[in-house]
Amino acid sequence: MFLKNLGMAVSALALIAGGVTSAAADNGNVKVGMITTLSGGGAGLGIDVRDGFMLAVNQAGNEMLEVVIEDDQRKPEVAVQLADKMIQSEKVDILTGIIWSNLAMAVVPATTAQGKFYLSPNAGPSPLAGKGCHPNYFNVAWQNDNLHEAAGAYANDAGFGKTFMLAPNYPAGKDALTGYKRLYKGDAAGEVYTKLGQTDYAAEIAQIRASGADSVYFFLPGGMGISFLKQYAGSGVDIPVIGPAFSFDQGILQAVGAAALGVKNTSQWNKDIDNEANAAFVASFQEAYGRLPSLYASQGFDTANLILSAMDKADVKDADAFRAALNEADFDSVRGDFSFGNNQHPIQNIYVREVIKEGDVYTNKIIATGLENHADAYAADCKL
Amino acid sequence: MSLVLLIEQVLNGLQSGVMLFLMAAGLTLVFGVMGLINLAHGSLYMVGAFAAAATAAATGSFLLALIASLAAAAAAGAVIELAVIRRLYNRDHLDQVLATFALILIFSEGTRWLFGSFPLFLDVPSYLSGAVTLPFGIQYPLYRLTIIGVGLAVAVALFLLVSRTRLGIRIRAGESDREMIAALGVDISRLYTVVFALGAALAGLAGAMVGAIQSVQVGMGEPVLILAFVVIVIGGIGSIKGALVGSLLVGLTDTLGGFLLPQAFGLFMDASSATSIGSALASMLIYILMAGVLIFRPSGLFGRA
Amino acid sequence: MSRETSLNSVIGLGLLLVPLWAYWADEPFIITLSTKVAILALAGVGLNIALGLGGLVSFGHAAFFGIGGYAMGILAAHAQTYVPLMEWPFLIDGTKSMPIIWLVAMVVSALVAVLIGALSLRTSGVYFIMITLAFAQMLYYFAISWPAYGGEDGLSIYLRNSFPGLNTLVPIQFFGICYALLMIVIAFSARLARSPFGLALAAARQNEERVETVGMRPYNLRLAAFVISAAITGLAGALYADLNRFVSPTMFSWHMSGEIMVFIILGGVARLYGPVAGAALYIMLEHFLGPISEYWQIYLGALLLLVVLFARGGLIGTLAGREVAHD
Repeated sequence: MFLKNLGMAVSALALIAGGVTSAAADNGNVKVGMITTLSGGGAGLGIDVRDGFMLAVNQAGNEMLEVVIEDDQRKPEVAVQLADKMIQSEKVDILTGIIWSNLAMAVVPATTAQGKFYLSPNAGPSPLAGKGCHPNYFNVAWQNDNLHEAAGAYANDAGFGKTFMLAPNYPAGKDALTGYKRLYKGDAAGEVYTKLGQTDYAAEIAQIRASGADSVYFFLPGGMGISFLKQYAGSGVDIPVIGPAFSFDQGILQAVGAAALGVKNTSQWNKDIDNEANAAFVASFQEAYGRLPSLYASQGFDTANLILSAMDKADVKDADAFRAALNEADFDSVRGDFSFGNNQHPIQNIYVREVIKEGDVYTNKIIATGLENHADAYAADCKL
Repeated sequence: MSLVLLIEQVLNGLQSGVMLFLMAAGLTLVFGVMGLINLAHGSLYMVGAFAAAATAAATGSFLLALIASLAAAAAAGAVIELAVIRRLYNRDHLDQVLATFALILIFSEGTRWLFGSFPLFLDVPSYLSGAVTLPFGIQYPLYRLTIIGVGLAVAVALFLLVSRTRLGIRIRAGESDREMIAALGVDISRLYTVVFALGAALAGLAGAMVGAIQSVQVGMGEPVLILAFVVIVIGGIGSIKGALVGSLLVGLTDTLGGFLLPQAFGLFMDASSATSIGSALASMLIYILMAGVLIFRPSGLFGRA
Repeated sequence: MSRETSLNSVIGLGLLLVPLWAYWADEPFIITLSTKVAILALAGVGLNIALGLGGLVSFGHAAFFGIGGYAMGILAAHAQTYVPLMEWPFLIDGTKSMPIIWLVAMVVSALVAVLIGALSLRTSGVYFIMITLAFAQMLYYFAISWPAYGGEDGLSIYLRNSFPGLNTLVPIQFFGICYALLMIVIAFSARLARSPFGLALAAARQNEERVETVGMRPYNLRLAAFVISAAITGLAGALYADLNRFVSPTMFSWHMSGEIMVFIILGGVARLYGPVAGAALYIMLEHFLGPISEYWQIYLGALLLLVVLFARGGLIGTLAGREVAHD
């Protein structure tokens, strides 16, 4: 509802910020400000994005690219203040790094309105994909609904017709179930919203057991997903589970352990995607950091390479040319080729993965393509 | 809604209640004997869980992991008691809240520095995994039954400790008259260290037991800490009996509220808004319970006025 | 002039001179940081009335900070979209005018404080600490799960609200507003401490019976102090939301309550300028330690511990010596 007048607000802000943005630096240099979560409970995701991003930066060795990194502590108001700092005193050209949708909603509109670019390496809230899309906002990962839509499509393919759905009671949780239901053709055996940060799912598992469902779809990011899967595995309920990649990613899979084996999950990336860039990325990431890369690391890596590819073609001070260069997505993405839609969100394949064990390490392998060249549902609302 | 589902939910409430009791017992003991509010109690819960996860990873034994959790949390408790906490006994509550708030920061980031930012793995041992069938055909996870058993056993042991042993006599004496027991020649500072370490060990045990079915990660102690405070305030601070009753009350209210409220709202509104409003209200329910208890009994159910 | 009074002038002037210097040196972010200090100090001054003067250890002042924030967020959001706040029984429109928003923030905070205070003040000691925490947690979970105003995502306001005659988007002008409000509230709080009400409140903190024998009810005194304190913290919440042009449920979180208390302790409990000194120190630590180490909160914790254990009376107590009356 608040986006109706965004355009007006934006133009007013741009007017005010106009004086600042023209403070041009040397030709061709690009300063990137990364605001991401490096401390507290959700730090693992931010660290992966940062490590992936910096790996690409170091590999390129482009001296014209400078990166400043700050920790948002997963607090939206801290993120807003850091964005102010990056823009006002660091005078960055591009902001990136934010993990969480609520932080992105706090930072992105003000950033793009001030004439800076924002490249999202993770969050893709629906308002920014639809009516609130902006020429300076690019999403390099996915629109939030994408992985859920693919899971819904997979449920149809797998012949499920009665899914029990579970998500935390907050906007991203509601979007998740909306996304799942968009392509899913069966019935709902139940729809439950849990408390954000909940650690015990015994009550929900009991409801699942009693519901007569033939499949369970859940979106419980971070520690919530670990708790749910461990408890589900111990409950004796054996209804198949589907989820988005977030609960099955490299960073947390080891903490879930055998409880995750065999679970199907959806992702736009996996380490076994067969292309040269990906093989090199997985090997060099392991070499540099001593662990397997995650989905988040791949997104950070792609974001950096996208910036580098645009730098080869245009000067960031010429915003239109730089924007056009970004829009071509002309780099070797580790997920394989993808393109940007009219709302500057990826049009890409989304795969179905299965959790397996390789030696001592739990990881994923791709078993099917859930959706091919999938764009998001909000692109039509975007007037770009 | 079937009766079987309701019984299963009551069991779940019971299980979360007894684990809360392990946390709340330590808090209430420390408050009763030393008059100290310890916000860092949740950190000791986390220490227990991390120690268990590290030990389980190294040895593969769940029993050793539990022992490690007790030992590590007791040791951490004794160390902070000696270094920090004992300077706070004569301070007002404000200083205690602040100093232990500072300890939370140190523990959380220190743990992250030691173990990294990713959650650790700790799982239920194979001999306790899976579900058992109870009367009325109820399928219930064996591990959760074990938790209920262990929790109740600890509760009984604690009551016996306080009512039957020499340490218990001293604890009770310390609660009612501090000068008196010092005059009787009891080494009061050692007593305090022991009580604090005991409370810490119980928190550590709770962390390890719960860690096996939840996520072992930095910050895991904070939600539990707040719940444990709600428990001891409802039960009456300093009362172990109050802690037990409060724990079960909070455990059952939280579990059953989250399950029943959305269904109750569903009787007179459409399903999706009932789910949404019911869930919202359910998450506030225990705080409403606590406010309600305090309004009618300002010192909790079993507190001394 | 006592040592504390001169120290107060140094702190007050310092908070004014730093952003002026930053303005001259074209360092807008320093101005933003100073504004943050002024606003958080304002929240602390509010809490200090309950905590320092009345001896009421409220661990739930984030409730009022958040209410102030949402008062701003909701009013401005409606003004931004031209959707009236309510149409029945009478029409209420949103607004982007700061003075109106402040008034609403303070009145709503005060009303909620009457309710919370009336119930909480039946208890004392630890029970009071915990019941205020419980009320704040209730509001926190309510804000997260209430979908109308963004829930967990919070609310973004794209333009800062307006103040007659000023351009609030210019950092130094917005700082000026916040600084002026802080000084007014500090002056008010000093007057309050010396007023018959303040003296009776302090007496009730030290010896309840004595106040009762002269015919005053300590409960009423405390409730009044709690409500005044909440209104000021609510005002700070509205300004903080305006600083960030954003409001979210984290403003209600118990960490926020803890932080406001930390400002007071760092600066010195019941000291007039304690919250200002404390907030300034805290923000400086966050700003300078943050980039040095990912684990900066360890150092923050250690410092906090040292202050509580060894520097009782906080920064001002250490520098200015023993407690003296506010004058």
